[in-house]
Amino acid sequence: MFIKAGLGLAAMLAVPRALLAAAWPENAFASTTANQAMSALFGTDQVTETSAISLGAPEIAENGAVVPVSVETTLENVESVSIVVEKNPRPLAISFEIPAGTMPDVACRIKMGETSNVHAVVKTDKGLFSASKEVKVTIGGCGG
Amino acid sequence: MASKIKVKVKLKGDVAEVKSLMMHPMETGSRKDPDTGATIPMHHITQLTFTNNGQQVMVVNCSTAVSRDPFFSFSFKGAKAGDKFAVSWVDNTGGTDSTEIELA
Repeated sequence: MFIKAGLGLAAMLAVPRALLAAAWPENAFASTTANQAMSALFGTDQVTETSAISLGAPEIAENGAVVPVSVETTLENVESVSIVVEKNPRPLAISFEIPAGTMPDVACRIKMGETSNVHAVVKTDKGLFSASKEVKVTIGGCGG
Repeated sequence: MASKIKVKVKLKGDVAEVKSLMMHPMETGSRKDPDTGATIPMHHITQLTFTNNGQQVMVVNCSTAVSRDPFFSFSFKGAKAGDKFAVSWVDNTGGTDSTEIELA
């Protein structure tokens, strides 16, 4: 039951392309500063710090290539959750689009080039909210 | 080709807890081959879509800063046993992968 390798044609057709979300936000991901990335993604970089977002990230990441990050919030009507790593060459790491019915509680693993502030940015119908945490990186994960 | 996406969904009442792990190199485009010194081209997942019975429950937009062999977890409401849960991704080179499971 873990994986069904054989994917029926009917299953393929059940996910029409029209359902797929908005295009990948290329400009936001190409931005080289956190503020630019936010402006490109949201149209503004005005965010309100809040304790209603809990950002889970290690104090010290031994391996910058794999930094577990989780974001959870009690804010209502969440539309998206994004993770911004201030000192990465491209600060916007990932953005989760959250439809109604999906809980604003996500986790993933990201790369960090060096010690940096990590921001969780939550977009709701009331604006942008964030929580931040500094993660110390001992070995960078961006290669090069 | 068999899918390289693993997905586990645990039902707790009508809440589904999703955990998904997939194989992808997630090359940043700034890493160099240690032997030849040549830059390894950027190759990363751009967008992931999770659907339940054809309805989107999560879309994830990824940069190169998502770790190799990406892992994601999230939860959504309104799931029940027998639902068809599907995961698919596209990458910047036009590659794709997808898988589907039945919730139990």
